[in-house]
Amino acid sequence: MKKIEAIIREEKLGAVRKVLEESGYYGMTVTEVSGHGREGGLTLQWRAGEYRVDYLPKLKIELVVLDEDVPRMINAIVGAARTGAMGDGKIFVIPVENAVRIRTGDEGVNAV
Amino acid sequence: MNVNTGDTAWILISTALVMLMTPGLALFYGGMVRRKNLISTIMMSFVMLALIGVLWVIYGYSLSFGPDWGGVIGKLSWFGLRGVGEAPSETYATTVPHLAFAMFQGMFAIITVALFTGAVVERIKFSALIFFSVLWFTLVYCPVAHWVWAQNGWLYRIGALDFAGGTVVHINAGAAALALAWLLGPRRGYLEKEPMEANSIPLVMIGASLLWFGWFGFNAGSALTSGGLAASAFVTTNTAAAAAGLTWMILGWIHRRPSLQGIATGAVVGLVAITPAAGFVSPIMALPIGIIAAILSYYAMLFRASKMGIDESLDVWACHGIGGTWGALATGIFAQLAVNAAGADGLISGNAMQLVRQLLAVAVVWVFSFGMTWILGKLVDRLIGLRVSPVEETVGLDISQHGEKAYGGLR
Repeated sequence: MKKIEAIIREEKLGAVRKVLEESGYYGMTVTEVSGHGREGGLTLQWRAGEYRVDYLPKLKIELVVLDEDVPRMINAIVGAARTGAMGDGKIFVIPVENAVRIRTGDEGVNAV
Repeated sequence: MNVNTGDTAWILISTALVMLMTPGLALFYGGMVRRKNLISTIMMSFVMLALIGVLWVIYGYSLSFGPDWGGVIGKLSWFGLRGVGEAPSETYATTVPHLAFAMFQGMFAIITVALFTGAVVERIKFSALIFFSVLWFTLVYCPVAHWVWAQNGWLYRIGALDFAGGTVVHINAGAAALALAWLLGPRRGYLEKEPMEANSIPLVMIGASLLWFGWFGFNAGSALTSGGLAASAFVTTNTAAAAAGLTWMILGWIHRRPSLQGIATGAVVGLVAITPAAGFVSPIMALPIGIIAAILSYYAMLFRASKMGIDESLDVWACHGIGGTWGALATGIFAQLAVNAAGADGLISGNAMQLVRQLLAVAVVWVFSFGMTWILGKLVDRLIGLRVSPVEETVGLDISQHGEKAYGGLR
Protein backbone atom coordinates (compact mmCIF):
# COMPACT_ATOMS: atom_id res chain seq x y z
CA MET A 1 0.00 0.00 0.00
CA LYS A 2 1.11 3.54 -0.71
CA LYS A 3 -0.26 6.87 0.37
CA ILE A 4 -0.56 9.46 -2.38
CA GLU A 5 -0.40 13.05 -1.17
CA ALA A 6 -1.23 15.51 -3.90
CA ILE A 7 -1.02 19.29 -3.43
CA ILE A 8 -3.23 20.76 -6.15
CA ARG A 9 -4.84 23.99 -7.27
CA GLU A 10 -8.12 24.65 -5.47
CA GLU A 11 -10.09 24.80 -8.69
CA LYS A 12 -8.85 21.36 -9.80
CA LEU A 13 -10.53 19.43 -6.99
CA GLY A 14 -13.60 18.52 -9.02
CA ALA A 15 -11.57 17.21 -11.97
CA VAL A 16 -9.23 15.20 -9.73
CA ARG A 17 -12.09 13.68 -7.78
CA LYS A 18 -13.74 12.61 -11.05
CA VAL A 19 -10.67 10.75 -12.35
CA LEU A 20 -10.10 9.10 -8.97
CA GLU A 21 -13.64 7.77 -8.98
CA GLU A 22 -13.25 6.60 -12.57
CA SER A 23 -10.17 4.70 -11.42
CA GLY A 24 -12.16 2.97 -8.68
CA TYR A 25 -11.04 5.03 -5.68
CA TYR A 26 -14.02 6.60 -3.93
CA GLY A 27 -12.42 7.64 -0.66
CA MET A 28 -10.08 10.51 -0.03
CA THR A 29 -9.23 13.21 2.52
CA VAL A 30 -9.06 16.86 1.47
CA THR A 31 -7.41 19.60 3.50
CA GLU A 32 -7.09 23.33 2.86
CA VAL A 33 -3.38 24.17 3.01
CA SER A 34 -1.14 27.16 2.34
CA GLY A 35 2.35 27.14 0.92
CA HIS A 36 4.57 28.01 -1.93
CA GLY A 37 6.85 26.30 -4.40
CA ARG A 38 8.81 28.12 -7.03
CA GLU A 39 6.04 30.49 -7.98
CA GLY A 40 5.91 33.92 -6.40
CA GLY A 41 3.28 35.06 -3.94
CA LEU A 42 0.17 37.06 -4.48
CA THR A 43 -0.31 40.84 -4.34
CA LEU A 44 -3.33 42.06 -2.38
CA GLN A 45 -4.74 45.48 -1.41
CA TRP A 46 -4.48 47.26 1.93
CA ARG A 47 -6.84 50.18 2.41
CA ALA A 48 -4.26 52.27 0.56
CA GLY A 49 -1.40 50.51 -1.20
CA GLU A 50 -0.71 46.84 -1.49
CA TYR A 51 1.10 43.91 0.15
CA ARG A 52 2.47 40.51 -0.82
CA VAL A 53 1.38 37.18 0.55
CA ASP A 54 4.00 34.47 0.19
CA TYR A 55 1.71 31.56 0.99
CA LEU A 56 -0.90 30.66 -1.54
CA PRO A 57 -3.99 28.62 -0.83
CA LYS A 58 -3.93 25.03 -2.16
CA LEU A 59 -5.74 21.80 -1.44
CA LYS A 60 -4.06 18.63 -0.22
CA ILE A 61 -5.63 15.33 -1.25
CA GLU A 62 -4.63 12.16 0.58
CA LEU A 63 -5.60 8.65 -0.41
CA VAL A 64 -4.11 5.19 0.07
CA VAL A 65 -3.85 2.95 -3.01
CA LEU A 66 -2.60 -0.55 -3.86
CA ASP A 67 1.06 -0.71 -4.90
CA GLU A 68 0.24 -1.76 -8.46
CA ASP A 69 -2.18 1.18 -8.89
CA VAL A 70 0.39 3.86 -8.07
CA PRO A 71 1.60 4.72 -11.63
CA ARG A 72 -1.94 4.72 -12.99
CA MET A 73 -3.22 6.96 -10.21
CA ILE A 74 -0.33 9.40 -10.54
CA ASN A 75 -1.02 9.71 -14.26
CA ALA A 76 -4.69 10.26 -13.58
CA ILE A 77 -4.05 13.03 -11.02
CA VAL A 78 -1.42 14.74 -13.18
CA GLY A 79 -3.77 14.63 -16.16
CA ALA A 80 -6.60 16.19 -14.19
CA ALA A 81 -4.63 18.78 -12.16
CA ARG A 82 -2.16 20.07 -14.72
CA THR A 83 -2.41 23.51 -16.35
CA GLY A 84 1.24 23.86 -17.38
CA ALA A 85 1.72 27.10 -15.42
CA MET A 86 3.75 27.47 -12.24
CA GLY A 87 1.80 26.54 -9.14
CA ASP A 88 0.23 23.32 -10.39
CA GLY A 89 1.44 21.54 -7.24
CA LYS A 90 3.23 18.30 -6.33
CA ILE A 91 2.55 14.64 -5.68
CA PHE A 92 4.29 12.61 -2.98
CA VAL A 93 4.14 8.81 -2.62
CA ILE A 94 4.71 7.36 0.84
CA PRO A 95 4.80 3.71 1.97
CA VAL A 96 2.00 2.68 4.32
CA GLU A 97 2.53 -0.02 6.95
CA ASN A 98 -1.06 -0.89 7.70
CA ALA A 99 -4.63 0.32 7.46
CA VAL A 100 -7.68 -0.45 9.60
CA ARG A 101 -11.32 0.15 8.77
CA ILE A 102 -12.75 1.30 12.08
CA ARG A 103 -16.30 0.02 11.46
CA THR A 104 -15.39 -3.60 10.69
CA GLY A 105 -11.86 -4.00 11.98
CA ASP A 106 -10.64 -5.07 8.50
CA GLU A 107 -6.91 -4.61 8.12
CA GLY A 108 -4.38 -4.13 5.33
CA VAL A 109 -5.49 -4.09 1.70
CA ASN A 110 -9.01 -5.03 2.75
CA ALA A 111 -9.30 -1.75 4.59
CA VAL A 112 -8.23 0.41 1.66
CA MET B 1 -38.96 77.13 27.04
CA ASN B 2 -41.37 74.27 26.51
CA VAL B 3 -40.45 70.81 25.31
CA ASN B 4 -41.05 70.39 21.58
CA THR B 5 -42.14 66.83 20.96
CA GLY B 6 -40.85 66.65 17.37
CA ASP B 7 -37.40 67.87 18.37
CA THR B 8 -37.35 65.55 21.36
CA ALA B 9 -38.27 62.52 19.27
CA TRP B 10 -35.49 63.28 16.83
CA ILE B 11 -32.86 63.82 19.52
CA LEU B 12 -33.78 60.58 21.31
CA ILE B 13 -33.59 58.68 18.01
CA SER B 14 -30.32 60.42 17.14
CA THR B 15 -28.89 59.44 20.51
CA ALA B 16 -29.70 55.80 19.79
CA LEU B 17 -28.22 56.15 16.28
CA VAL B 18 -24.94 57.49 17.66
CA MET B 19 -24.89 54.71 20.26
CA LEU B 20 -24.90 52.17 17.41
CA MET B 21 -21.77 53.73 15.92
CA THR B 22 -19.55 52.38 18.68
CA PRO B 23 -20.32 48.70 18.04
CA GLY B 24 -20.11 49.62 14.33
CA LEU B 25 -16.63 50.97 14.92
CA ALA B 26 -15.80 47.80 16.86
CA LEU B 27 -16.63 45.69 13.80
CA PHE B 28 -14.92 48.14 11.42
CA TYR B 29 -11.71 47.84 13.44
CA GLY B 30 -12.22 44.18 14.30
CA GLY B 31 -12.33 43.11 10.68
CA MET B 32 -8.96 44.74 9.99
CA VAL B 33 -6.82 42.93 12.55
CA ARG B 34 -5.46 39.40 12.56
CA ARG B 35 -7.82 36.63 13.59
CA LYS B 36 -6.14 36.15 16.97
CA ASN B 37 -6.97 39.74 17.99
CA LEU B 38 -10.54 40.04 16.76
CA ILE B 39 -12.24 39.75 20.17
CA SER B 40 -9.72 42.06 21.76
CA THR B 41 -10.16 44.76 19.11
CA ILE B 42 -13.95 44.62 19.31
CA MET B 43 -13.77 44.69 23.10
CA MET B 44 -11.60 47.83 23.13
CA SER B 45 -14.38 49.82 21.45
CA PHE B 46 -17.36 48.09 23.03
CA VAL B 47 -16.08 48.51 26.59
CA MET B 48 -16.30 52.30 26.17
CA LEU B 49 -20.10 52.08 26.02
CA ALA B 50 -19.92 50.74 29.57
CA LEU B 51 -16.93 52.66 30.93
CA ILE B 52 -17.61 56.13 29.53
CA GLY B 53 -21.36 55.52 29.83
CA VAL B 54 -20.86 55.42 33.61
CA LEU B 55 -18.31 58.23 33.89
CA TRP B 56 -20.44 60.52 31.72
CA VAL B 57 -23.42 60.62 34.07
CA ILE B 58 -21.26 60.82 37.18
CA TYR B 59 -19.03 63.75 36.22
CA GLY B 60 -18.30 63.86 32.47
CA TYR B 61 -21.37 65.82 31.45
CA SER B 62 -20.81 68.35 34.20
CA LEU B 63 -17.13 68.85 33.33
CA SER B 64 -17.98 69.24 29.64
CA PHE B 65 -21.16 71.29 29.69
CA GLY B 66 -21.63 72.32 33.32
CA PRO B 67 -21.57 75.95 34.48
CA ASP B 68 -18.40 77.50 33.13
CA TRP B 69 -15.17 77.93 35.06
CA GLY B 70 -12.96 80.42 33.21
CA GLY B 71 -13.83 79.12 29.76
CA VAL B 72 -11.67 76.03 30.27
CA ILE B 73 -13.81 73.49 32.12
CA GLY B 74 -17.28 72.97 33.53
CA LYS B 75 -17.88 73.06 37.26
CA LEU B 76 -19.13 69.96 39.04
CA SER B 77 -22.52 71.57 39.78
CA TRP B 78 -24.19 68.90 37.63
CA PHE B 79 -22.34 66.02 39.34
CA GLY B 80 -24.44 62.88 39.04
CA LEU B 81 -26.75 64.78 36.65
CA ARG B 82 -28.03 66.81 39.60
CA GLY B 83 -30.22 69.58 38.22
CA VAL B 84 -30.31 67.97 34.78
CA GLY B 85 -33.95 67.11 34.38
CA GLU B 86 -36.95 66.67 32.13
CA ALA B 87 -37.27 70.39 31.46
CA PRO B 88 -35.05 71.86 28.74
CA SER B 89 -31.76 73.48 29.64
CA GLU B 90 -31.65 77.28 29.45
CA THR B 91 -28.61 77.22 27.19
CA TYR B 92 -28.39 73.96 25.23
CA ALA B 93 -31.07 72.51 22.94
CA THR B 94 -33.75 74.62 24.55
CA THR B 95 -36.66 72.68 23.05
CA VAL B 96 -35.75 69.17 24.27
CA PRO B 97 -35.43 67.76 27.79
CA HIS B 98 -32.03 68.56 29.26
CA LEU B 99 -31.58 64.84 29.97
CA ALA B 100 -31.95 64.06 26.25
CA PHE B 101 -29.26 66.58 25.34
CA ALA B 102 -26.97 65.21 28.05
CA MET B 103 -27.30 61.63 26.83
CA PHE B 104 -26.91 62.66 23.18
CA GLN B 105 -23.60 64.31 24.07
CA GLY B 106 -22.58 61.26 26.11
CA MET B 107 -22.63 59.11 22.99
CA PHE B 108 -20.06 61.42 21.38
CA ALA B 109 -17.73 61.04 24.34
CA ILE B 110 -18.06 57.25 24.16
CA ILE B 111 -17.16 56.94 20.48
CA THR B 112 -14.29 59.43 20.73
CA VAL B 113 -12.55 57.30 23.33
CA ALA B 114 -13.26 54.18 21.25
CA LEU B 115 -11.84 55.82 18.12
CA PHE B 116 -8.21 56.06 19.20
CA THR B 117 -8.08 52.37 20.19
CA GLY B 118 -7.52 51.61 16.48
CA ALA B 119 -3.97 52.87 16.92
CA VAL B 120 -2.97 50.42 19.63
CA VAL B 121 -4.66 47.17 18.66
CA GLU B 122 -2.92 43.80 18.86
CA ARG B 123 -0.47 44.85 21.59
CA ILE B 124 -1.90 47.10 24.34
CA LYS B 125 -2.66 45.60 27.74
CA PHE B 126 -6.41 45.76 28.39
CA SER B 127 -6.03 47.02 31.96
CA ALA B 128 -3.68 49.77 30.74
CA LEU B 129 -6.18 50.79 28.07
CA ILE B 130 -8.93 51.12 30.67
CA PHE B 131 -6.71 53.13 33.01
CA PHE B 132 -5.52 55.37 30.18
CA SER B 133 -9.06 55.87 28.85
CA VAL B 134 -10.34 57.10 32.22
CA LEU B 135 -7.52 59.64 32.41
CA TRP B 136 -7.85 60.70 28.77
CA PHE B 137 -11.62 61.08 28.96
CA THR B 138 -11.36 63.20 32.11
CA LEU B 139 -8.36 65.36 31.22
CA VAL B 140 -8.58 65.60 27.43
CA TYR B 141 -12.10 64.89 26.14
CA CYS B 142 -14.07 66.84 28.75
CA PRO B 143 -11.94 70.02 28.56
CA VAL B 144 -11.86 70.06 24.73
CA ALA B 145 -15.63 69.47 24.55
CA HIS B 146 -16.06 72.38 26.96
CA TRP B 147 -13.78 74.72 25.00
CA VAL B 148 -15.54 74.06 21.71
CA TRP B 149 -19.16 73.44 22.61
CA ALA B 150 -19.99 74.88 26.02
CA GLN B 151 -21.70 78.26 26.10
CA ASN B 152 -18.63 80.00 27.52
CA GLY B 153 -15.93 77.68 26.21
CA TRP B 154 -13.04 79.83 25.01
CA LEU B 155 -12.87 78.41 21.46
CA TYR B 156 -16.64 78.74 21.17
CA ARG B 157 -16.43 82.36 22.25
CA ILE B 158 -13.84 83.29 19.65
CA GLY B 159 -16.22 81.90 17.03
CA ALA B 160 -14.58 78.63 15.97
CA LEU B 161 -17.29 76.46 14.38
CA ASP B 162 -17.63 72.74 14.95
CA PHE B 163 -21.09 71.45 14.09
CA ALA B 164 -20.79 67.85 15.27
CA GLY B 165 -17.24 67.21 16.41
CA GLY B 166 -14.48 67.69 13.84
CA THR B 167 -12.15 69.02 16.51
CA VAL B 168 -13.71 67.56 19.66
CA VAL B 169 -14.10 64.04 18.28
CA HIS B 170 -11.94 63.50 15.23
CA ILE B 171 -8.85 65.66 15.61
CA ASN B 172 -8.86 64.86 19.30
CA ALA B 173 -8.90 61.10 18.64
CA GLY B 174 -6.55 61.30 15.64
CA ALA B 175 -3.86 63.19 17.55
CA ALA B 176 -4.21 60.87 20.55
CA ALA B 177 -3.90 57.86 18.24
CA LEU B 178 -0.62 59.07 16.78
CA ALA B 179 0.90 59.88 20.18
CA LEU B 180 -0.18 56.63 21.78
CA ALA B 181 1.00 54.45 18.88
CA TRP B 182 4.33 56.23 18.94
CA LEU B 183 4.66 55.64 22.69
CA LEU B 184 3.60 52.01 22.49
CA GLY B 185 5.88 51.01 19.60
CA PRO B 186 5.12 48.77 16.65
CA ARG B 187 3.54 45.35 16.73
CA ARG B 188 6.00 42.43 16.73
CA GLY B 189 6.88 41.71 13.13
CA TYR B 190 5.66 45.07 11.86
CA LEU B 191 9.15 46.42 11.16
CA GLU B 192 10.07 43.12 9.50
CA LYS B 193 7.15 43.77 7.13
CA GLU B 194 5.21 40.66 8.11
CA PRO B 195 1.78 41.11 6.54
CA MET B 196 -0.84 41.88 9.19
CA GLU B 197 -3.78 40.69 7.19
CA ALA B 198 -7.36 41.74 7.78
CA ASN B 199 -9.27 38.72 9.11
CA SER B 200 -12.63 39.72 7.61
CA ILE B 201 -13.23 42.49 5.12
CA PRO B 202 -17.00 41.82 5.20
CA LEU B 203 -16.88 42.77 8.91
CA VAL B 204 -15.13 46.01 7.92
CA MET B 205 -17.97 46.74 5.51
CA ILE B 206 -20.69 45.98 8.08
CA GLY B 207 -18.91 48.23 10.54
CA ALA B 208 -18.58 51.06 8.01
CA SER B 209 -22.28 50.72 7.17
CA LEU B 210 -23.31 50.96 10.82
CA LEU B 211 -21.08 54.02 11.17
CA TRP B 212 -22.66 55.61 8.10
CA PHE B 213 -26.16 54.85 9.44
CA GLY B 214 -25.37 56.16 12.91
CA TRP B 215 -23.71 59.26 11.51
CA PHE B 216 -27.13 60.62 10.51
CA GLY B 217 -27.80 60.92 14.23
CA PHE B 218 -24.33 62.30 14.84
CA ASN B 219 -24.60 65.12 12.28
CA ALA B 220 -28.28 65.70 11.56
CA GLY B 221 -28.98 65.17 15.28
CA SER B 222 -26.49 67.92 16.06
CA ALA B 223 -29.00 70.38 14.61
CA LEU B 224 -30.72 69.70 17.97
CA THR B 225 -34.05 70.40 16.27
CA SER B 226 -36.00 68.34 13.76
CA GLY B 227 -36.50 70.97 11.09
CA GLY B 228 -34.77 72.19 7.96
CA LEU B 229 -31.28 72.37 9.43
CA ALA B 230 -31.41 68.68 10.37
CA ALA B 231 -32.48 67.86 6.82
CA SER B 232 -29.67 69.96 5.39
CA ALA B 233 -27.08 68.26 7.62
CA PHE B 234 -28.56 64.88 6.70
CA VAL B 235 -27.99 65.59 3.00
CA THR B 236 -24.44 66.92 3.44
CA THR B 237 -23.61 63.85 5.53
CA ASN B 238 -24.75 61.31 2.97
CA THR B 239 -23.27 63.26 0.08
CA ALA B 240 -19.81 63.58 1.62
CA ALA B 241 -19.73 59.87 2.47
CA ALA B 242 -20.73 58.93 -1.05
CA ALA B 243 -18.26 61.33 -2.71
CA ALA B 244 -15.36 60.22 -0.55
CA GLY B 245 -16.16 56.51 -0.95
CA LEU B 246 -16.27 56.91 -4.70
CA THR B 247 -13.04 58.92 -4.74
CA TRP B 248 -11.21 56.36 -2.60
CA MET B 249 -12.40 53.53 -4.82
CA ILE B 250 -11.08 55.34 -7.90
CA LEU B 251 -7.73 56.06 -6.22
CA GLY B 252 -7.38 52.38 -5.38
CA TRP B 253 -8.37 51.45 -8.91
CA ILE B 254 -5.77 53.77 -10.44
CA HIS B 255 -3.22 52.22 -8.12
CA ARG B 256 -4.36 48.66 -8.75
CA ARG B 257 -7.87 47.46 -7.92
CA PRO B 258 -11.10 48.93 -6.51
CA SER B 259 -11.13 47.28 -3.06
CA LEU B 260 -14.06 46.91 -0.64
CA GLN B 261 -11.81 47.87 2.26
CA GLY B 262 -10.94 51.00 0.30
CA ILE B 263 -14.47 52.17 -0.47
CA ALA B 264 -15.56 51.46 3.11
CA THR B 265 -12.64 53.48 4.45
CA GLY B 266 -13.32 56.30 2.01
CA ALA B 267 -16.95 56.57 3.11
CA VAL B 268 -15.90 56.84 6.76
CA VAL B 269 -13.34 59.53 5.88
CA GLY B 270 -16.03 61.50 4.07
CA LEU B 271 -18.25 61.27 7.14
CA VAL B 272 -15.38 62.49 9.32
CA ALA B 273 -14.69 65.48 7.09
CA ILE B 274 -18.31 66.63 6.85
CA THR B 275 -18.82 66.37 10.62
CA PRO B 276 -17.70 69.90 11.58
CA ALA B 277 -19.29 71.41 8.46
CA ALA B 278 -22.52 69.43 8.24
CA GLY B 279 -24.89 72.18 9.39
CA PHE B 280 -22.94 75.19 8.13
CA VAL B 281 -22.42 74.47 4.42
CA SER B 282 -24.88 74.13 1.56
CA PRO B 283 -25.56 70.53 0.51
CA ILE B 284 -23.61 70.65 -2.75
CA MET B 285 -20.45 71.76 -0.93
CA ALA B 286 -20.34 68.29 0.61
CA LEU B 287 -18.99 67.09 -2.75
CA PRO B 288 -15.66 68.97 -2.69
CA ILE B 289 -15.37 68.36 1.05
CA GLY B 290 -15.76 64.60 0.59
CA ILE B 291 -13.59 64.31 -2.52
CA ILE B 292 -10.67 66.28 -1.08
CA ALA B 293 -10.94 64.43 2.24
CA ALA B 294 -10.52 61.10 0.48
CA ILE B 295 -7.48 62.28 -1.49
CA LEU B 296 -5.78 63.75 1.59
CA SER B 297 -6.45 60.71 3.78
CA TYR B 298 -5.46 58.22 1.10
CA TYR B 299 -2.05 59.78 0.65
CA ALA B 300 -1.65 60.38 4.38
CA MET B 301 -2.21 56.66 4.89
CA LEU B 302 0.36 55.73 2.23
CA PHE B 303 2.80 58.21 3.78
CA ARG B 304 2.21 56.87 7.29
CA ALA B 305 2.79 53.30 6.20
CA SER B 306 5.84 53.89 4.03
CA LYS B 307 7.64 56.88 5.52
CA MET B 308 6.68 57.54 9.12
CA GLY B 309 7.78 54.27 10.69
CA ILE B 310 4.98 54.51 13.27
CA ASP B 311 2.68 51.50 13.54
CA GLU B 312 -0.48 53.55 13.94
CA SER B 313 -2.17 50.31 13.13
CA LEU B 314 -5.62 51.16 11.81
CA ASP B 315 -4.75 54.67 10.60
CA VAL B 316 -6.87 56.69 13.01
CA TRP B 317 -4.51 59.61 12.38
CA ALA B 318 -4.84 59.44 8.59
CA CYS B 319 -8.64 58.96 8.67
CA HIS B 320 -9.79 61.02 11.64
CA GLY B 321 -6.84 63.34 12.26
CA ILE B 322 -6.35 64.37 8.64
CA GLY B 323 -10.02 64.03 7.64
CA GLY B 324 -11.07 66.01 10.73
CA THR B 325 -8.48 68.72 10.09
CA TRP B 326 -9.62 69.11 6.50
CA GLY B 327 -13.25 69.20 7.62
CA ALA B 328 -12.60 71.89 10.24
CA LEU B 329 -10.71 74.03 7.72
CA ALA B 330 -13.32 73.34 5.02
CA THR B 331 -15.91 74.72 7.44
CA GLY B 332 -13.97 77.97 7.45
CA ILE B 333 -13.91 77.93 3.66
CA PHE B 334 -17.42 76.84 2.67
CA ALA B 335 -19.65 77.99 5.58
CA GLN B 336 -22.58 80.26 4.73
CA LEU B 337 -24.78 82.26 7.08
CA ALA B 338 -27.62 81.60 4.66
CA VAL B 339 -27.51 77.91 5.63
CA ASN B 340 -27.37 78.44 9.38
CA ALA B 341 -27.88 81.80 11.04
CA ALA B 342 -26.05 80.53 14.11
CA GLY B 343 -22.98 79.82 11.96
CA ALA B 344 -20.82 82.21 9.97
CA ASP B 345 -19.72 83.06 6.47
CA GLY B 346 -16.51 81.40 5.35
CA LEU B 347 -13.78 82.21 2.87
CA ILE B 348 -15.89 81.73 -0.26
CA SER B 349 -18.42 84.19 1.16
CA GLY B 350 -15.66 86.71 1.68
CA ASN B 351 -14.88 86.12 5.37
CA ALA B 352 -11.26 84.97 5.60
CA MET B 353 -11.28 85.50 9.38
CA GLN B 354 -13.43 82.41 9.81
CA LEU B 355 -10.67 80.28 8.30
CA VAL B 356 -8.19 81.81 10.76
CA ARG B 357 -10.50 80.95 13.67
CA GLN B 358 -10.81 77.40 12.39
CA LEU B 359 -7.03 77.12 12.03
CA LEU B 360 -6.57 78.26 15.60
CA ALA B 361 -9.05 75.69 16.94
CA VAL B 362 -7.41 72.94 14.87
CA ALA B 363 -3.92 73.82 16.09
CA VAL B 364 -5.00 74.08 19.73
CA VAL B 365 -6.73 70.70 19.77
CA TRP B 366 -3.84 69.02 17.91
CA VAL B 367 -1.22 70.27 20.33
CA PHE B 368 -3.28 69.74 23.47
CA SER B 369 -4.46 66.24 22.58
CA PHE B 370 -1.08 65.06 21.30
CA GLY B 371 0.82 66.48 24.26
CA MET B 372 -1.60 65.32 26.95
CA THR B 373 -1.86 61.86 25.40
CA TRP B 374 1.89 61.53 25.44
CA ILE B 375 2.10 62.57 29.09
CA LEU B 376 -0.79 60.38 30.24
CA GLY B 377 0.45 57.43 28.18
CA LYS B 378 3.92 57.77 29.68
CA LEU B 379 2.38 57.89 33.15
CA VAL B 380 0.34 54.74 32.64
CA ASP B 381 3.37 53.00 31.15
CA ARG B 382 5.43 53.86 34.27
CA LEU B 383 2.72 52.77 36.66
CA ILE B 384 1.41 49.52 35.17
CA GLY B 385 3.03 49.08 31.73
CA LEU B 386 1.19 49.75 28.48
CA ARG B 387 2.13 46.64 26.57
CA VAL B 388 1.43 42.96 26.89
CA SER B 389 4.40 40.57 27.16
CA PRO B 390 5.95 39.23 23.93
CA VAL B 391 4.42 35.80 24.56
CA GLU B 392 0.95 37.26 25.13
CA GLU B 393 1.30 39.26 21.94
CA THR B 394 2.36 36.21 19.93
CA VAL B 395 -0.50 34.11 21.26
CA GLY B 396 -2.90 36.95 20.53
CA LEU B 397 -4.83 39.27 22.80
CA ASP B 398 -8.09 37.32 22.46
CA ILE B 399 -6.74 34.46 24.51
CA SER B 400 -4.14 36.32 26.60
CA GLN B 401 -6.36 39.25 27.64
CA HIS B 402 -9.89 37.87 27.46
CA GLY B 403 -9.67 34.08 27.53
CA GLU B 404 -11.87 33.86 24.46
CA LYS B 405 -11.52 32.87 20.83
CA ALA B 406 -13.49 34.56 18.05
CA TYR B 407 -14.23 31.22 16.41
CA GLY B 408 -14.53 28.37 18.89
CA GLY B 409 -14.15 24.64 18.67
CA LEU B 410 -12.43 22.26 16.27
CA ARG B 411 -15.31 22.55 13.88
